Amino acid sequence: MNTLFYSLVLLAGILLVVAYLTWLERKFAGRMQSRIGPQRVGKPWGLLQPIADGAKLLVKEDIIPQATDKTAYNLAPIVVILATTLVFVTIPLGKSVVLVDLNVGVLFILAISSLALIGIFMAGWGSANKYAILSAMRGVNQLISYEIPLVLACLVPVILAGSMKLSSIVLAQSKVWFIFYPFLGQIAFLIFLVSALAEANRIPFDITEAESELIAGYTVEYSGMKFAFLWLAEYIHLLAVSLVGSILFLGGWNGPWLPSGLWLALKTLLLFLLILWIRWSLVRIRLDQILALSWKVLFPLSLATLILAGGWSFIF
Amino acid sequence: MNLIAEQIETYKSIIETEGDTLLVNMGPQHPSTHGVLRLVLKLKGEEVVKIEPVIGYLHRGFEKLSENLTYIQIVPLTDRMDYLASITNELAYVLTIEKALKIEVPKKAIYLRVLTAELQRIVSHLVWLGTFGLDLGGALGGGSTLFLYCFREREIILDLFEEFSGARMMYNFNQIGGLRYQPPLDFFSKLKATLPKLKQAFAEYEEMLQENYVFKVRTKNIGVLEVSLAQRMGASGPVLRGSGLAYDIRKAYPYSGYENFEFEIPIGENGDCFDRAKVRILEMKQSLRIIQQALKGMPEGEVAIRPPVRVPTAVKVPAGETYMHIEAPRGDLGVFLVSDGTEKPYRLKWRAPSFSNLAVLPFISNGHKVADVMAILGSLDPVFGEVDR
Repeated sequence: MNTLFYSLVLLAGILLVVAYLTWLERKFAGRMQSRIGPQRVGKPWGLLQPIADGAKLLVKEDIIPQATDKTAYNLAPIVVILATTLVFVTIPLGKSVVLVDLNVGVLFILAISSLALIGIFMAGWGSANKYAILSAMRGVNQLISYEIPLVLACLVPVILAGSMKLSSIVLAQSKVWFIFYPFLGQIAFLIFLVSALAEANRIPFDITEAESELIAGYTVEYSGMKFAFLWLAEYIHLLAVSLVGSILFLGGWNGPWLPSGLWLALKTLLLFLLILWIRWSLVRIRLDQILALSWKVLFPLSLATLILAGGWSFIF
Repeated sequence: MNLIAEQIETYKSIIETEGDTLLVNMGPQHPSTHGVLRLVLKLKGEEVVKIEPVIGYLHRGFEKLSENLTYIQIVPLTDRMDYLASITNELAYVLTIEKALKIEVPKKAIYLRVLTAELQRIVSHLVWLGTFGLDLGGALGGGSTLFLYCFREREIILDLFEEFSGARMMYNFNQIGGLRYQPPLDFFSKLKATLPKLKQAFAEYEEMLQENYVFKVRTKNIGVLEVSLAQRMGASGPVLRGSGLAYDIRKAYPYSGYENFEFEIPIGENGDCFDRAKVRILEMKQSLRIIQQALKGMPEGEVAIRPPVRVPTAVKVPAGETYMHIEAPRGDLGVFLVSDGTEKPYRLKWRAPSFSNLAVLPFISNGHKVADVMAILGSLDPVFGEVDR
């Protein structure tokens, strides 16, 4: 009963937080671009904007183009949002605030989050649209390439902590956060950040929805709530990335004075803002360049980091 | 009939896909085809095998329309061709008529024409830089940041134009024999105040060229245009200069007193997208130099050979042919006038730089990736109001 209640609260919380993250992003982008951002809906600072957006998407007509593969087309948004939301099951949101503290937590997160790829491919293929298919192919290319450096980078904290359980990883950082381990921590964090950006399809790696050539990529034929699902999934993924990043590298809820949950929230917000900053200041790089970066730079580098981490944990 | 059959054959050769090629029809409604261009792309995976630009979606028949309008009525029409550089269009037309009529305009008008044409060049290049950011990707990201920064600077100049002429884009500001208005009293002081702001902004853009790794990776060695090909296709302006040929009509065939101004012609080395971008950004700095000189040497006096009148009287151009070309922001903008001695032109032909520059596209984008096609198209900077006319 308790578990059920917690999961409902978690789900509602995720949606609410994600809604306001979109608001935050719009405000942040506005400030970066010498604009104001949303301010009309909800008097102070346009605070009701995400709710208005949600309501608009809910009442939009759900258009299903004739040529689509109906099963794949209709199922894709559900698969995508399921895969991204399921990750939160094992992410601790504070000291002992977790649904299931799996002892293979890191593995679970990596495995489930890459399932979203199947949903993206279903969306692209099912849409029966040339742009969508190109985008789905790009997505598969990119996600497969970046899965490896991401996993290897995530293994560094696992080796250092000697456990895949997220709460144990945080406990292992109670003295020194992993990011402060000389060289090792920073390089691993950098690889994690870059691969996570690529996994989350964010600029400069958002080639799947490259609007300058593919209009909107795999979401091009979607409308209404199905589009909203695909779009929400992106932000949920981003939230998960920021959370996991701050747990694995930034010491999770460790920190003086403030309560544990607040520390984690602050670190997550910091990471999220960093991702926004990157997004709103760079242009997109090309598919072949993205793949070259993954295989020629990140993959060898992450292997080296892994060996370094092994040596470190052997010596100390 | 033969012509139509020929066109159908050409079209068939484009749309025939063999093996594992994919035909994609980009546009005329597409987020980044700069208006209404249709691109027929033959793709092999991500690679472009063949590309065919299809134009004509913004054809408004300006050249034919001009034959039924008096010489004075045509001036506002020219604004609507290259709608991002209206003043240079007006200037080209007005200079042609003045050349045909063999009239001299007052010195102040000449200086103000140079001043406004250079301001217009800056405005046009700013719009180009902003949209180039969007083409490189990131309409919801870094690209739009660049876009909005450029529009912030553009706004400063548009405000000045608005004070001068009452309009922000379609100025109707040059007239045969001078300018329509005297500048407002505080125009020059306001312009002087904005110059440091622009200077700082251009320094930032130059820094972006040198420092921004992602920008360089996306533009270097993309869409390399050989000088010989550029010349053969009639490319001009920054597209030609990006390939390394210092051909600028302001220097080669000076008009409207450009011989009195000091400026350099920035050129590129490889003729890739990066060089075309570099040339445009450096050109904005040179334009600023010209503006400063024009401000310094601004004479007093009338701006038109006769005081502005509300109802324009008819202008009759003696029968004959006149050709005049100027350096518009996009290149060599030419006007060919055939007059028969009446108050309407017999034929008015425009040589639009965008049209010739766009013709280069199929030759330099083969073998590149789809994403690069947008970068190349953006670096050619076509404006479809001018391509189709």
